Amino acid sequence: MIWNEHKETMSRDELSAMQGHRLHKMVDYVYHNVPFYRKKLQEMDLIPDDIRTIEDIVKLPFTTKQDLRDNYPYGLQAAPQSEIIRIHASSGTTGNPTIVGYTRRDIEIWAECMARCLTAYGMTRNDTFSVSYGYGLFTGGLGAHYGVEKVGGAVVPASTGNTEKHIRLIKDLGIDGIACTPSYALHLAEVMEKLGISKDEIKLRIGAFGAEPWTENMRQEIESRLGLKAYNLYGLSEIMGPCVSFECSCQSGSHINEDHFYPEIIDPSTLEPLGRGRQGELVFTTLTKQGMPLLRYRTRDLCSLIEGDDCPCGRTTVRMSPVMGRSDDMLIIRGINVFPSQVESVILDIPECAPRYLLVVDRVDNLDTLTVHVEMRPEYFAEADTIDAITSLAGKVAGKLHSVLSIGAQVQIRQPGSLERSMGKGKYVIDNRILK
Amino acid sequence: MTIHQLSIFIENKAGTLVGLLRQLKEANISLIAISISDTMDYGVCRIVCSEPVKAYSVLKEAGVAVSLREVIAVELDDEPGRAADAIGILSDEGLSVAYMYSFRITGKGVIVFRTDDNAKAIAALTRGGLNMIREEELSRLV
Repeated sequence: MIWNEHKETMSRDELSAMQGHRLHKMVDYVYHNVPFYRKKLQEMDLIPDDIRTIEDIVKLPFTTKQDLRDNYPYGLQAAPQSEIIRIHASSGTTGNPTIVGYTRRDIEIWAECMARCLTAYGMTRNDTFSVSYGYGLFTGGLGAHYGVEKVGGAVVPASTGNTEKHIRLIKDLGIDGIACTPSYALHLAEVMEKLGISKDEIKLRIGAFGAEPWTENMRQEIESRLGLKAYNLYGLSEIMGPCVSFECSCQSGSHINEDHFYPEIIDPSTLEPLGRGRQGELVFTTLTKQGMPLLRYRTRDLCSLIEGDDCPCGRTTVRMSPVMGRSDDMLIIRGINVFPSQVESVILDIPECAPRYLLVVDRVDNLDTLTVHVEMRPEYFAEADTIDAITSLAGKVAGKLHSVLSIGAQVQIRQPGSLERSMGKGKYVIDNRILK
Repeated sequence: MTIHQLSIFIENKAGTLVGLLRQLKEANISLIAISISDTMDYGVCRIVCSEPVKAYSVLKEAGVAVSLREVIAVELDDEPGRAADAIGILSDEGLSVAYMYSFRITGKGVIVFRTDDNAKAIAALTRGGLNMIREEELSRLV
Protein backbone atom coordinates (compact mmCIF):
# COMPACT_ATOMS: atom_id res chain seq x y z
CA MET A 1 0.00 0.00 0.00
CA ILE A 2 1.14 3.53 -0.78
CA TRP A 3 0.15 6.52 1.35
CA ASN A 4 0.79 9.31 -1.15
CA GLU A 5 0.71 7.82 -4.62
CA HIS A 6 1.29 11.14 -6.34
CA LYS A 7 4.51 11.94 -4.48
CA GLU A 8 5.86 8.42 -4.06
CA THR A 9 5.42 7.21 -7.64
CA MET A 10 6.05 10.34 -9.73
CA SER A 11 8.35 10.00 -12.72
CA ARG A 12 12.03 10.65 -12.05
CA ASP A 13 12.02 13.67 -14.37
CA GLU A 14 9.08 15.21 -12.61
CA LEU A 15 10.68 14.49 -9.24
CA SER A 16 14.03 16.03 -10.27
CA ALA A 17 12.30 19.14 -11.53
CA MET A 18 10.41 19.48 -8.26
CA GLN A 19 13.59 18.90 -6.22
CA GLY A 20 15.43 21.57 -8.24
CA HIS A 21 12.64 24.04 -7.72
CA ARG A 22 12.47 23.31 -3.99
CA LEU A 23 16.25 23.48 -3.61
CA HIS A 24 16.34 26.92 -5.23
CA LYS A 25 13.65 28.15 -2.82
CA MET A 26 15.44 26.55 0.13
CA VAL A 27 18.78 28.20 -0.68
CA ASP A 28 17.02 31.54 -1.10
CA TYR A 29 15.29 31.00 2.24
CA VAL A 30 18.43 30.17 4.24
CA TYR A 31 20.40 32.93 2.48
CA HIS A 32 17.96 35.49 3.80
CA ASN A 33 17.25 33.95 7.19
CA VAL A 34 20.38 32.18 8.45
CA PRO A 35 23.51 34.38 8.77
CA PHE A 36 25.67 31.24 9.04
CA TYR A 37 24.63 30.09 5.54
CA ARG A 38 24.66 33.57 4.02
CA LYS A 39 28.27 33.99 5.13
CA LYS A 40 29.24 30.55 3.79
CA LEU A 41 27.61 31.18 0.42
CA GLN A 42 29.15 34.62 0.15
CA GLU A 43 32.59 33.17 0.91
CA MET A 44 32.04 30.76 -1.98
CA ASP A 45 30.84 33.59 -4.18
CA LEU A 46 27.40 32.03 -4.55
CA ILE A 47 23.99 33.67 -4.68
CA PRO A 48 20.65 31.77 -4.52
CA ASP A 49 20.12 32.25 -8.28
CA ASP A 50 23.21 30.13 -8.97
CA ILE A 51 21.23 27.12 -7.73
CA ARG A 52 18.60 26.32 -10.34
CA THR A 53 18.49 22.56 -10.75
CA ILE A 54 19.03 19.69 -8.34
CA GLU A 55 22.39 18.99 -10.05
CA ASP A 56 23.57 22.39 -8.78
CA ILE A 57 23.51 20.98 -5.25
CA VAL A 58 27.19 20.00 -5.54
CA LYS A 59 28.11 23.71 -5.52
CA LEU A 60 26.73 24.12 -2.01
CA PRO A 61 28.75 23.93 1.22
CA PHE A 62 28.45 21.03 3.65
CA THR A 63 27.03 21.28 7.15
CA THR A 64 28.45 19.20 10.00
CA LYS A 65 27.43 18.26 13.50
CA GLN A 66 30.16 20.62 14.69
CA ASP A 67 28.42 23.52 12.89
CA LEU A 68 25.26 22.71 14.85
CA ARG A 69 27.22 22.68 18.12
CA ASP A 70 29.07 25.90 17.30
CA ASN A 71 25.79 27.65 16.58
CA TYR A 72 24.04 26.36 19.70
CA PRO A 73 21.22 26.87 20.48
CA TYR A 74 19.38 28.83 17.77
CA GLY A 75 22.10 29.89 15.31
CA LEU A 76 20.84 27.66 12.47
CA GLN A 77 17.17 28.27 13.03
CA ALA A 78 15.59 29.99 10.03
CA ALA A 79 12.03 30.54 11.22
CA PRO A 80 11.18 33.23 13.78
CA GLN A 81 10.60 31.88 17.29
CA SER A 82 6.88 32.72 17.03
CA GLU A 83 6.56 30.08 14.28
CA ILE A 84 8.28 27.32 16.27
CA ILE A 85 5.82 24.94 17.95
CA ARG A 86 8.19 22.21 19.15
CA ILE A 87 11.84 21.80 20.11
CA HIS A 88 13.73 18.50 20.28
CA ALA A 89 17.26 18.04 21.59
CA SER A 90 19.72 15.24 20.93
CA SER A 91 21.92 13.74 23.61
CA GLY A 92 25.05 15.83 23.85
CA THR A 93 27.57 13.25 24.99
CA THR A 94 30.31 15.50 23.66
CA GLY A 95 29.85 19.25 23.65
CA ASN A 96 26.57 21.08 23.23
CA PRO A 97 23.37 19.17 22.55
CA THR A 98 21.78 19.59 19.14
CA ILE A 99 18.62 21.70 19.23
CA VAL A 100 16.03 21.32 16.46
CA GLY A 101 12.99 23.62 16.29
CA TYR A 102 9.95 22.66 14.19
CA THR A 103 7.24 24.88 12.72
CA ARG A 104 3.65 23.66 12.43
CA ARG A 105 4.27 22.80 8.77
CA ASP A 106 7.43 20.85 9.69
CA ILE A 107 5.41 18.76 12.14
CA GLU A 108 2.78 18.14 9.45
CA ILE A 109 5.37 17.05 6.89
CA TRP A 110 6.98 14.83 9.49
CA ALA A 111 3.64 13.12 10.16
CA GLU A 112 3.03 12.82 6.39
CA CYS A 113 6.42 11.15 5.84
CA MET A 114 5.93 8.87 8.85
CA ALA A 115 2.48 7.91 7.48
CA ARG A 116 4.20 6.86 4.24
CA CYS A 117 6.52 4.58 6.24
CA LEU A 118 3.73 2.97 8.25
CA THR A 119 1.55 2.46 5.18
CA ALA A 120 4.45 0.76 3.40
CA TYR A 121 4.72 -1.65 6.36
CA GLY A 122 1.06 -2.55 5.81
CA MET A 123 -0.46 -0.50 8.64
CA THR A 124 -4.02 0.84 8.20
CA ARG A 125 -6.53 2.87 10.20
CA ASN A 126 -7.89 -0.38 11.62
CA ASP A 127 -4.64 -1.14 13.43
CA THR A 128 -3.52 -0.52 16.98
CA PHE A 129 0.13 0.51 17.08
CA SER A 130 2.42 0.68 20.07
CA VAL A 131 5.13 3.34 20.02
CA SER A 132 8.00 2.18 22.21
CA TYR A 133 10.66 4.63 21.26
CA GLY A 134 11.41 6.99 24.12
CA TYR A 135 9.03 9.92 24.32
CA GLY A 136 10.68 13.17 25.21
CA LEU A 137 13.58 15.15 23.83
CA PHE A 138 14.41 12.23 21.51
CA THR A 139 12.47 12.45 18.23
CA GLY A 140 11.61 8.73 18.08
CA GLY A 141 8.53 8.63 20.31
CA LEU A 142 6.62 11.69 19.16
CA GLY A 143 7.71 11.23 15.54
CA ALA A 144 6.23 7.76 15.25
CA HIS A 145 3.25 8.82 17.37
CA TYR A 146 2.12 11.54 14.97
CA GLY A 147 2.52 9.16 12.03
CA VAL A 148 0.21 6.54 13.54
CA GLU A 149 -2.38 9.24 14.23
CA LYS A 150 -2.01 10.60 10.70
CA VAL A 151 -2.79 7.17 9.22
CA GLY A 152 -5.73 6.95 11.60
CA GLY A 153 -4.64 3.96 13.64
CA ALA A 154 -4.93 3.85 17.42
CA VAL A 155 -1.62 4.77 18.98
CA VAL A 156 -0.54 3.20 22.28
CA PRO A 157 2.19 5.52 23.61
CA ALA A 158 3.97 2.83 25.59
CA SER A 159 7.39 4.51 25.42
CA THR A 160 10.20 2.46 27.02
CA GLY A 161 10.39 0.79 30.42
CA ASN A 162 7.70 -1.15 32.27
CA THR A 163 8.10 -3.97 29.79
CA GLU A 164 5.85 -6.44 31.62
CA LYS A 165 2.87 -4.09 31.56
CA HIS A 166 3.59 -3.36 27.92
CA ILE A 167 3.57 -7.07 27.05
CA ARG A 168 0.27 -7.45 28.84
CA LEU A 169 -1.21 -4.65 26.70
CA ILE A 170 0.22 -6.18 23.53
CA LYS A 171 -1.49 -9.45 24.43
CA ASP A 172 -4.78 -8.16 25.86
CA LEU A 173 -5.40 -5.43 23.27
CA GLY A 174 -4.21 -7.55 20.38
CA ILE A 175 -1.83 -4.77 19.34
CA ASP A 176 -0.98 -5.07 15.62
CA GLY A 177 2.29 -3.20 15.31
CA ILE A 178 5.19 -1.83 17.30
CA ALA A 179 7.76 0.89 16.66
CA CYS A 180 10.93 0.58 18.75
CA THR A 181 14.67 -0.05 18.56
CA PRO A 182 15.65 -3.56 17.42
CA SER A 183 17.42 -4.16 20.73
CA TYR A 184 14.24 -3.27 22.64
CA ALA A 185 12.35 -5.75 20.44
CA LEU A 186 14.80 -8.47 21.50
CA HIS A 187 14.43 -7.42 25.11
CA LEU A 188 10.66 -7.67 24.73
CA ALA A 189 11.03 -11.19 23.32
CA GLU A 190 13.24 -12.19 26.27
CA VAL A 191 10.82 -10.84 28.87
CA MET A 192 7.91 -12.51 27.06
CA GLU A 193 9.71 -15.85 27.18
CA LYS A 194 10.41 -15.37 30.90
CA LEU A 195 6.72 -14.65 31.50
CA GLY A 196 5.87 -17.84 29.62
CA ILE A 197 3.97 -16.00 26.87
CA SER A 198 4.44 -17.52 23.44
CA LYS A 199 4.42 -15.55 20.21
CA ASP A 200 1.18 -17.32 19.25
CA GLU A 201 -0.63 -15.54 22.06
CA ILE A 202 0.12 -12.10 20.63
CA LYS A 203 -1.00 -10.57 17.35
CA LEU A 204 1.92 -8.27 16.50
CA ARG A 205 2.45 -8.41 12.74
CA ILE A 206 4.45 -5.25 12.00
CA GLY A 207 7.68 -4.07 13.58
CA ALA A 208 9.08 -0.64 12.66
CA PHE A 209 12.66 -0.76 13.88
CA GLY A 210 15.30 1.92 13.78
CA ALA A 211 17.41 4.45 15.69
CA GLU A 212 20.37 2.06 15.91
CA PRO A 213 22.25 -0.14 13.45
CA TRP A 214 21.00 -3.69 13.13
CA THR A 215 21.85 -6.70 11.04
CA GLU A 216 20.04 -9.26 8.92
CA ASN A 217 20.64 -11.82 11.69
CA MET A 218 18.94 -9.59 14.23
CA ARG A 219 16.02 -9.18 11.83
CA GLN A 220 15.60 -12.94 11.54
CA GLU A 221 15.88 -13.41 15.27
CA ILE A 222 13.26 -10.73 16.03
CA GLU A 223 10.91 -12.07 13.38
CA SER A 224 11.10 -15.63 14.64
CA ARG A 225 10.79 -14.74 18.32
CA LEU A 226 7.96 -12.19 18.03
CA GLY A 227 6.22 -13.68 14.98
CA LEU A 228 6.09 -10.38 13.10
CA LYS A 229 7.63 -8.88 9.99
CA ALA A 230 10.49 -6.51 10.81
CA TYR A 231 10.94 -3.37 8.73
CA ASN A 232 13.69 -0.80 8.78
CA LEU A 233 12.82 2.77 9.72
CA TYR A 234 15.57 5.35 9.29
CA GLY A 235 15.81 8.91 10.39
CA LEU A 236 17.86 11.41 12.29
CA SER A 237 16.83 14.31 14.47
CA GLU A 238 18.91 16.90 12.65
CA ILE A 239 16.96 16.25 9.45
CA MET A 240 13.54 15.50 10.98
CA GLY A 241 13.40 12.34 13.08
CA PRO A 242 12.19 8.85 12.15
CA CYS A 243 10.50 9.04 8.69
CA VAL A 244 13.45 9.86 6.43
CA SER A 245 13.47 6.42 4.80
CA PHE A 246 11.63 3.12 5.16
CA GLU A 247 11.51 -0.39 3.75
CA CYS A 248 8.57 -1.40 1.59
CA SER A 249 7.29 -4.98 1.38
CA CYS A 250 10.08 -5.81 -1.12
CA GLN A 251 12.68 -5.08 1.57
CA SER A 252 15.48 -4.34 -0.86
CA GLY A 253 16.70 -1.10 0.65
CA SER A 254 14.87 1.78 2.29
CA HIS A 255 12.92 4.28 0.15
CA ILE A 256 13.93 7.85 0.92
CA ASN A 257 11.21 10.51 1.08
CA GLU A 258 13.31 12.46 -1.37
CA ASP A 259 10.72 15.11 -2.18
CA HIS A 260 11.56 16.41 1.31
CA PHE A 261 15.06 15.06 2.05
CA TYR A 262 17.54 15.00 -0.84
CA PRO A 263 20.24 12.33 -0.42
CA GLU A 264 23.81 12.24 -1.69
CA ILE A 265 26.67 9.84 -1.03
CA ILE A 266 30.16 11.30 -0.69
CA ASP A 267 33.64 9.99 -0.06
CA PRO A 268 34.21 11.00 3.58
CA SER A 269 37.88 11.82 3.00
CA THR A 270 37.74 13.73 -0.31
CA LEU A 271 34.09 14.95 0.02
CA GLU A 272 33.59 14.08 -3.66
CA PRO A 273 30.09 12.84 -4.59
CA LEU A 274 29.97 9.10 -5.36
CA GLY A 275 27.69 7.43 -7.90
CA ARG A 276 24.84 5.04 -7.26
CA GLY A 277 25.92 1.76 -5.75
CA ARG A 278 29.12 3.16 -4.23
CA GLN A 279 29.43 3.06 -0.45
CA GLY A 280 30.22 6.32 1.32
CA GLU A 281 28.84 8.87 3.73
CA LEU A 282 25.17 9.78 3.48
CA VAL A 283 24.43 13.50 3.14
CA PHE A 284 20.97 15.10 3.32
CA THR A 285 19.61 18.45 2.23
CA THR A 286 16.18 19.35 3.56
CA LEU A 287 14.02 20.63 0.68
CA THR A 288 10.97 21.89 2.56
CA LYS A 289 11.99 22.41 6.17
CA GLN A 290 11.20 25.77 7.79
CA GLY A 291 12.40 25.52 11.40
CA MET A 292 16.00 24.38 10.94
CA PRO A 293 16.71 23.72 7.25
CA LEU A 294 20.10 22.15 6.52
CA LEU A 295 22.20 22.15 3.37
CA ARG A 296 24.21 19.00 2.65
CA TYR A 297 24.24 17.77 6.22
CA ARG A 298 26.87 15.07 6.77
CA THR A 299 25.12 12.27 8.66
CA ARG A 300 28.34 10.23 9.22
CA ASP A 301 26.27 7.15 8.36
CA LEU A 302 27.91 4.89 5.79
CA CYS A 303 25.71 3.32 3.13
CA SER A 304 25.02 3.43 -0.59
CA LEU A 305 22.14 4.48 -2.81
CA ILE A 306 20.82 1.46 -4.67
CA GLU A 307 20.97 1.50 -8.47
CA GLY A 308 17.65 1.41 -10.32
CA ASP A 309 14.41 3.16 -9.40
CA ASP A 310 12.13 0.34 -10.46
CA CYS A 311 11.19 -1.18 -7.13
CA PRO A 312 8.37 -3.71 -7.69
CA CYS A 313 6.31 -1.90 -5.03
CA GLY A 314 5.72 0.89 -7.56
CA ARG A 315 7.57 3.63 -5.69
CA THR A 316 10.03 5.58 -7.79
CA THR A 317 11.95 7.08 -4.89
CA VAL A 318 15.60 6.15 -4.43
CA ARG A 319 16.50 3.45 -1.90
CA MET A 320 19.41 3.43 0.52
CA SER A 321 21.23 0.28 1.63
CA PRO A 322 21.34 -0.59 5.33
CA VAL A 323 23.73 1.64 7.27
CA MET A 324 27.01 -0.25 7.50
CA GLY A 325 28.71 1.93 10.09
CA ARG A 326 29.77 5.46 10.91
CA SER A 327 32.41 7.44 9.09
CA ASP A 328 33.63 8.83 12.41
CA ASP A 329 34.48 5.23 13.44
CA MET A 330 36.98 5.13 10.59
CA LEU A 331 40.47 3.98 11.54
CA ILE A 332 43.49 4.70 9.41
CA ILE A 333 45.83 1.73 9.69
CA ARG A 334 49.04 1.78 7.68
CA GLY A 335 47.42 4.51 5.61
CA ILE A 336 44.38 2.43 4.73
CA ASN A 337 40.84 3.35 5.77
CA VAL A 338 39.33 0.60 7.90
CA PHE A 339 35.74 0.66 9.08
CA PRO A 340 34.69 -1.57 11.97
CA SER A 341 31.58 -2.32 9.91
CA GLN A 342 33.75 -4.08 7.33
CA VAL A 343 35.11 -6.38 10.02
CA GLU A 344 31.59 -6.92 11.29
CA SER A 345 30.37 -8.00 7.86
CA VAL A 346 33.20 -10.54 7.60
CA ILE A 347 32.53 -11.96 11.07
CA LEU A 348 28.79 -12.24 10.44
CA ASP A 349 29.54 -14.34 7.37
CA ILE A 350 31.59 -16.90 9.26
CA PRO A 351 29.27 -19.40 10.94
CA GLU A 352 31.99 -20.66 13.30
CA CYS A 353 32.23 -17.22 14.93
CA ALA A 354 29.81 -15.51 17.29
CA PRO A 355 28.63 -12.05 16.13
CA ARG A 356 31.08 -10.22 18.37
CA TYR A 357 34.51 -8.80 17.78
CA LEU A 358 37.13 -6.46 19.16
CA LEU A 359 39.68 -4.54 17.09
CA VAL A 360 42.95 -3.67 18.77
CA VAL A 361 45.26 -1.29 16.97
CA ASP A 362 48.84 -0.91 18.17
CA ARG A 363 52.03 0.67 16.95
CA VAL A 364 55.06 -1.60 17.16
CA ASP A 365 58.42 -0.19 15.93
CA ASN A 366 56.56 2.59 14.09
CA LEU A 367 54.36 0.09 12.29
CA ASP A 368 50.62 -0.14 12.83
CA THR A 369 49.31 -3.55 13.77
CA LEU A 370 45.73 -4.70 13.79
CA THR A 371 44.54 -7.59 15.92
CA VAL A 372 41.00 -8.82 15.53
CA HIS A 373 39.57 -10.77 18.43
CA VAL A 374 36.69 -13.07 17.57
CA GLU A 375 34.72 -15.53 19.63
CA MET A 376 34.45 -19.11 18.53
CA ARG A 377 30.95 -20.53 18.79
CA PRO A 378 30.79 -23.44 21.26
CA GLU A 379 29.01 -25.57 18.63
CA TYR A 380 31.99 -25.31 16.31
CA PHE A 381 34.37 -26.60 18.95
CA ALA A 382 32.01 -29.49 19.70
CA GLU A 383 32.74 -30.68 16.15
CA ALA A 384 36.50 -30.27 16.19
CA ASP A 385 38.56 -30.46 19.35
CA THR A 386 42.11 -29.97 18.17
CA ILE A 387 44.49 -27.01 18.24
CA ASP A 388 44.65 -27.51 14.50
CA ALA A 389 40.94 -26.73 14.14
CA ILE A 390 41.37 -23.49 16.06
CA THR A 391 44.42 -22.45 14.09
CA SER A 392 42.69 -23.13 10.80
CA LEU A 393 39.67 -21.08 11.91
CA ALA A 394 42.02 -18.20 12.73
CA GLY A 395 43.55 -18.61 9.27
CA LYS A 396 40.15 -18.58 7.61
CA VAL A 397 39.11 -15.37 9.43
CA ALA A 398 42.44 -13.71 8.61
CA GLY A 399 42.09 -14.61 4.94
CA LYS A 400 38.60 -13.19 4.65
CA LEU A 401 39.58 -10.04 6.55
CA HIS A 402 42.52 -9.51 4.26
CA SER A 403 40.37 -9.73 1.15
CA VAL A 404 37.93 -7.15 2.52
CA LEU A 405 40.29 -4.76 4.34
CA SER A 406 43.34 -5.06 2.06
CA ILE A 407 45.59 -5.15 5.11
CA GLY A 408 46.82 -8.07 7.14
CA ALA A 409 45.37 -8.65 10.58
CA GLN A 410 46.33 -10.95 13.41
CA VAL A 411 43.36 -13.02 14.46
CA GLN A 412 42.90 -14.06 18.04
CA ILE A 413 40.28 -16.71 18.74
CA ARG A 414 38.57 -16.10 22.07
CA GLN A 415 36.42 -18.34 24.19
CA PRO A 416 32.63 -17.95 24.09
CA GLY A 417 31.26 -15.05 26.12
CA SER A 418 34.63 -13.33 26.55
CA LEU A 419 33.84 -10.30 24.35
CA GLU A 420 31.19 -7.69 24.94
CA ARG A 421 28.20 -7.80 22.64
CA SER A 422 29.50 -5.60 19.85
CA MET A 423 26.51 -4.99 17.62
CA GLY A 424 24.99 -1.59 18.07
CA LYS A 425 26.94 0.74 20.28
CA GLY A 426 29.24 -1.72 22.04
CA LYS A 427 32.90 -1.02 22.61
CA TYR A 428 34.60 -2.72 19.71
CA VAL A 429 37.73 -0.71 19.00
CA ILE A 430 40.77 -0.17 21.18
CA ASP A 431 43.33 2.11 19.60
CA ASN A 432 46.57 1.97 21.58
CA ARG A 433 48.56 4.13 19.20
CA ILE A 434 49.93 7.29 20.70
CA LEU A 435 49.70 9.87 17.96
CA LYS A 436 50.84 13.44 18.14
CA MET B 1 36.09 -50.11 23.78
CA THR B 2 36.46 -46.37 24.03
CA ILE B 3 35.96 -43.83 26.77
CA HIS B 4 34.60 -40.31 26.67
CA GLN B 5 36.98 -37.41 27.00
CA LEU B 6 36.16 -33.73 27.39
CA SER B 7 38.11 -31.18 25.34
CA ILE B 8 37.77 -27.59 26.43
CA PHE B 9 38.95 -24.53 24.55
CA ILE B 10 40.55 -22.10 26.99
CA GLU B 11 42.29 -18.78 26.68
CA ASN B 12 45.78 -18.30 28.16
CA LYS B 13 44.58 -15.92 30.79
CA ALA B 14 44.75 -15.91 34.59
CA GLY B 15 41.67 -17.46 36.13
CA THR B 16 40.44 -19.44 33.14
CA LEU B 17 41.59 -22.86 34.28
CA VAL B 18 40.50 -22.41 37.85
CA GLY B 19 37.08 -21.25 36.65
CA LEU B 20 36.71 -24.42 34.64
CA LEU B 21 37.86 -26.69 37.46
CA ARG B 22 35.49 -25.01 39.93
CA GLN B 23 32.56 -25.70 37.63
CA LEU B 24 33.49 -29.37 37.64
CA LYS B 25 33.97 -29.32 41.41
CA GLU B 26 30.49 -27.90 41.91
CA ALA B 27 29.07 -30.67 39.75
CA ASN B 28 30.93 -33.20 41.97
CA ILE B 29 33.00 -34.56 39.09
CA SER B 30 36.24 -36.41 39.90
CA LEU B 31 39.18 -36.02 37.56
CA ILE B 32 41.10 -39.09 36.45
CA ALA B 33 43.50 -37.44 34.02
CA ILE B 34 44.04 -33.95 32.70
CA SER B 35 46.28 -32.55 30.01
CA ILE B 36 46.72 -29.10 28.51
CA SER B 37 48.26 -28.33 25.15
CA ASP B 38 48.94 -24.71 24.54
CA THR B 39 49.88 -22.14 21.94
CA MET B 40 50.75 -18.50 22.65
CA ASP B 41 47.20 -17.36 23.17
CA TYR B 42 45.01 -20.34 23.88
CA GLY B 43 45.03 -23.97 24.72
CA VAL B 44 42.96 -27.09 24.74
CA CYS B 45 42.38 -28.81 28.05
CA ARG B 46 41.55 -32.52 27.87
CA ILE B 47 39.96 -34.34 30.74
CA VAL B 48 39.06 -37.91 31.61
CA CYS B 49 36.68 -37.90 34.54
CA SER B 50 34.12 -39.84 36.54
CA GLU B 51 30.90 -38.84 34.76
CA PRO B 52 31.91 -37.37 31.40
CA VAL B 53 28.40 -37.02 29.93
CA LYS B 54 27.17 -35.14 32.98
CA ALA B 55 30.31 -32.97 33.02
CA TYR B 56 29.79 -32.22 29.34
CA SER B 57 26.23 -31.00 29.84
CA VAL B 58 27.22 -28.90 32.86
CA LEU B 59 29.91 -27.12 30.86
CA LYS B 60 27.81 -26.80 27.72
CA GLU B 61 25.00 -25.27 29.76
CA ALA B 62 27.52 -22.72 31.08
CA GLY B 63 28.39 -21.70 27.50
CA VAL B 64 31.89 -23.25 27.53
CA ALA B 65 33.41 -24.37 24.21
CA VAL B 66 33.56 -28.05 25.06
CA SER B 67 33.47 -31.22 23.00
CA LEU B 68 32.83 -34.79 24.03
CA ARG B 69 34.87 -37.34 22.08
CA GLU B 70 35.54 -41.01 22.11
CA VAL B 71 39.17 -41.77 22.69
CA ILE B 72 41.10 -44.95 23.29
CA ALA B 73 42.54 -45.64 26.74
CA VAL B 74 44.84 -48.64 26.67
CA GLU B 75 46.18 -50.37 29.78
CA LEU B 76 49.88 -51.18 29.84
CA ASP B 77 51.92 -53.31 32.21
CA ASP B 78 54.26 -51.33 34.41
CA GLU B 79 57.53 -52.31 32.73
CA PRO B 80 59.95 -50.71 30.24
CA GLY B 81 59.04 -50.82 26.56
CA ARG B 82 55.26 -51.38 26.80
CA ALA B 83 54.38 -47.91 25.44
CA ALA B 84 56.76 -48.47 22.54
CA ASP B 85 54.97 -51.76 21.81
CA ALA B 86 51.53 -50.16 21.84
CA ILE B 87 52.46 -47.23 19.65
CA GLY B 88 54.41 -49.62 17.43
CA ILE B 89 51.17 -51.50 16.74
CA LEU B 90 49.49 -48.28 15.64
CA SER B 91 52.48 -47.29 13.56
CA ASP B 92 52.48 -50.65 11.78
CA GLU B 93 48.84 -50.02 10.86
CA GLY B 94 49.77 -46.62 9.41
CA LEU B 95 47.82 -44.79 12.12
CA SER B 96 49.14 -41.57 13.57
CA VAL B 97 48.41 -40.13 16.99
CA ALA B 98 46.84 -36.65 17.11
CA TYR B 99 47.43 -36.23 20.83
CA MET B 100 48.23 -38.46 23.78
CA TYR B 101 48.59 -38.34 27.54
CA SER B 102 48.77 -40.87 30.36
CA PHE B 103 47.89 -41.69 33.95
CA ARG B 104 48.50 -44.53 36.38
CA ILE B 105 46.24 -46.89 38.19
CA THR B 106 47.33 -49.54 40.67
CA GLY B 107 50.05 -51.57 39.03
CA LYS B 108 49.26 -50.33 35.53
CA GLY B 109 49.83 -47.39 33.29
CA VAL B 110 47.15 -46.06 30.95
CA ILE B 111 47.71 -44.06 27.79
CA VAL B 112 44.87 -42.06 26.29
CA PHE B 113 45.07 -41.04 22.66
CA ARG B 114 43.15 -40.07 19.56
CA THR B 115 43.83 -41.45 16.10
CA ASP B 116 42.20 -40.86 12.73
CA ASP B 117 40.50 -44.25 12.87
CA ASN B 118 39.49 -45.54 16.29
CA ALA B 119 37.93 -48.79 15.01
CA LYS B 120 41.08 -49.78 13.14
CA ALA B 121 43.24 -48.89 16.16
CA ILE B 122 41.09 -50.92 18.55
CA ALA B 123 41.17 -53.94 16.28
CA ALA B 124 44.95 -53.78 15.99
CA LEU B 125 45.54 -53.26 19.73
CA THR B 126 43.15 -56.13 20.57
CA ARG B 127 45.05 -58.41 18.18
CA GLY B 128 48.21 -57.32 19.99
CA GLY B 129 46.69 -58.62 23.25
CA LEU B 130 46.19 -55.24 24.89
CA ASN B 131 43.27 -54.27 27.12
CA MET B 132 41.23 -51.16 26.47
CA ILE B 133 39.45 -49.42 29.32
CA ARG B 134 35.68 -49.18 28.91
CA GLU B 135 33.46 -46.30 29.82
CA GLU B 136 31.74 -48.21 32.64
CA GLU B 137 35.11 -48.87 34.26
CA LEU B 138 35.81 -45.17 34.71
CA SER B 139 33.98 -44.92 38.03
CA ARG B 140 36.11 -47.80 39.30
CA LEU B 141 39.23 -45.74 38.59
CA VAL B 142 38.20 -42.76 40.68
